[in-house]
Amino acid sequence: MTVSYENSKIIFDGIKAAGIKSVSALPETWLGLLLQRAEDDPEIDLIQVCKEEEAIGIAAGAYFTGTPHVLLMQNHGFLAAINGIVSLAQLYHIPLCMLIAYRGHMGEPYPWHTRGGIVTEPVLRALEIPYDYARDPRTVATQIKEAYTLAQSALSPVALLLTRELMED
Amino acid sequence: MLRAGCLEMIYPELHDKPVVTIMGACAQELYNLGHRENFFYLQHAMGLASSIGLGIAKHAPHEKVIVLDGDGSVLMNLGTFATLARYKPANLIHIVFDNGSLLSTGGYDTQTTDGTTNLADIARGAGVEHVATADAAVEFGEAFMQALERNEMSVIIAGVDAVGPEHYGMDLQLPENAVRFRRWLLSRKPQAQYPEPNAGKSS
Repeated sequence: MTVSYENSKIIFDGIKAAGIKSVSALPETWLGLLLQRAEDDPEIDLIQVCKEEEAIGIAAGAYFTGTPHVLLMQNHGFLAAINGIVSLAQLYHIPLCMLIAYRGHMGEPYPWHTRGGIVTEPVLRALEIPYDYARDPRTVATQIKEAYTLAQSALSPVALLLTRELMED
Repeated sequence: MLRAGCLEMIYPELHDKPVVTIMGACAQELYNLGHRENFFYLQHAMGLASSIGLGIAKHAPHEKVIVLDGDGSVLMNLGTFATLARYKPANLIHIVFDNGSLLSTGGYDTQTTDGTTNLADIARGAGVEHVATADAAVEFGEAFMQALERNEMSVIIAGVDAVGPEHYGMDLQLPENAVRFRRWLLSRKPQAQYPEPNAGKSS
């Protein structure tokens, strides 16, 4: 299995079509091609972090300046960022549009991804974070725009789970 | 050296700069000097003050961003020094008040208390070029003025006593602080770069 070159491009184009100007990320396999595009695109400001919780602060900073921003992370990174999500974003009503590589769900061959995959949705629900699955390259651009719009109007974190069907060929 | 004294010294310079402060004593001492619309008090999420500062500095290059951090907070996010060093926003001054104490949560020792951990060395090792240390008021004032004049990212590690204000309390709700801080920043943008997402739409 390889990461989908074509769908990575479609997702990146969807991010740009949603009016996003800034991206924070921690690189991982599924997000690699996407991040390469972000890095090469002069219209996108890419900030790579050491740990995903940093990106919650960076996203808040971008929001304060009125800069449309999305966060790219793996679901384990989402789990690592929870205190920032709760005690910065939710406490202060700061929107976050999180595109999350959803590792460890159906079809996952790697044992090390499985616990994180199993708990991702229950944690999203516990935190009252609206989420949706992105499975289809034909609809993912619309989903990114809608996730961003909801985050901004609800002043809440919103998650779009990038699934295996979308990310792998 | 007292943190309250340091804050009082730089307060006149803060009137036109976005300031992000950590929780507790540092936030309260800044507030006690007189709240301004350009002050954001991060009352929780320890460690993220400098990340917020980076997000502002990168996206508002016309602003000089001041981050007021502490040893207990920054120890929770040491990766921030590496990220700051990588992107080195020229318009960011990151001040870390090191009192060797988790003062606001009971005065417990931190890893810097007996000098075991040296935050200035960590910042330098992470790749931050301009790292100043100050243990006296004059040194701190000079380091701050140099950082203001220098058009490059600066970190100041300020050794301060582990004392805080006698009373805590602010007439400011947390989401209100975020809204007003953002509004202040948006009012100073060179032009309306990006429209507000739901502007002009009917429901």
